[in-house]
Amino acid sequence: MKDLIKDIESRFKTSDYIQKLDHLAFITVEKEQAISLVTYLRDYRKYAGLTLLTAVDWLEDGVFQLTYLLNNPTDYTEIGVRVMIDRDNATMESSHHLWENMMTYQRELREMFGIDFPGSPRIEEDFILEGWDNMPPYRRDFDTKKYAEETYFPRPGRESNDPATYMKSKMYPND
Amino acid sequence: MEKDMNKHKFEDLDVDKFLAPENEKRSVLAPDGSIVEVDPLKDYFCQDRPEVQKPRSGPVENFLNWARAESLWVLGFGTGCGSIEIPPLTTPRFDMFRYGVQMRATPRQSNVFVISGYLSVKTLKRAIRAYEQMPSPKYIIALGSCTINGGMYYDSYNTINRLDAYMPVDVYIAGCMPRPEALLAGFAKLKELIKAGKAEKANEYAENFDWYKTNQKKIIKDWNMPDFNW
Repeated sequence: MKDLIKDIESRFKTSDYIQKLDHLAFITVEKEQAISLVTYLRDYRKYAGLTLLTAVDWLEDGVFQLTYLLNNPTDYTEIGVRVMIDRDNATMESSHHLWENMMTYQRELREMFGIDFPGSPRIEEDFILEGWDNMPPYRRDFDTKKYAEETYFPRPGRESNDPATYMKSKMYPND
Repeated sequence: MEKDMNKHKFEDLDVDKFLAPENEKRSVLAPDGSIVEVDPLKDYFCQDRPEVQKPRSGPVENFLNWARAESLWVLGFGTGCGSIEIPPLTTPRFDMFRYGVQMRATPRQSNVFVISGYLSVKTLKRAIRAYEQMPSPKYIIALGSCTINGGMYYDSYNTINRLDAYMPVDVYIAGCMPRPEALLAGFAKLKELIKAGKAEKANEYAENFDWYKTNQKKIIKDWNMPDFNW
């Protein structure tokens, strides 16, 4: 994999190369070059399989990290292409033309994180949250407990007493 | 010009964008060549509210209750992780057939609905629809902690906390997950209730219909089906 990484670094603006395992490496690339790198890996370096596309919300840094995890079925290696995109204006180039199932990942990311992929087919349709009208729930500033308590009227819990104060009130009511 | 894939097809039109495609108004070609206008919300669904079924007099009702208790037909609709506890009941080890309990494929043929575990809002919508299509008398068994107070999904943004606010529950089976034996015990308890004439939750649903509908519509925000589904 070392040769591959050297080749990638000579062609694209990359940073933060991490070799996690012998067959698994991650590399971060500039947003403008991400789809070109993914296309290059697919068409010229035999990384033809899309394992997944996922996102991480780095709330403190104000970025979303997208990971395109690609699989090479000939030598069983995997490479993760990481892209940092701005959290306030979360838009990424669509790559549904490379893999058909990318469309579904992008639909899910749009619903759960609010990351838009303009041009991706059926991106506007609801994926799981039908009729959702709140903030995308996987964003870390979404308070899921507060939302559940307000929306789903939870059942009140059992009454319980602190043993010490309860016994005191029973045995010494005048104190 | 190429069609804009991103544009929702109802964006410009003055129609309900949540209306399901099969419920839209349309014209159908009849076999004799004439064109018939069909409005599925009016033509395909009943317009009446559910009615309370009053019990018959003494011994007749007792006999009917005995007959109902001895043939519980369960709708094969697994809603959560608890649905994996139902298949073992059909195997020789647990064998639910000896109690007159069997699985059925459609709501129209069944009278017991086992809500097996957590319900997301999306599934709740389908569950309500299936429940309302079941013929009365009908019963609901709620399986697992998730149906009682949310269980381990108590703070989830997409699963309901308590089932009895949306559907009437006859028997609860607590546990996470309850074993198949617990499910059998739940069926035995339901039989007891039916024979004693106490499993009247379907009538309660009909009596408090507005309350249930209000609760359901509060969380199902894209209500694209008719209010009455039978």
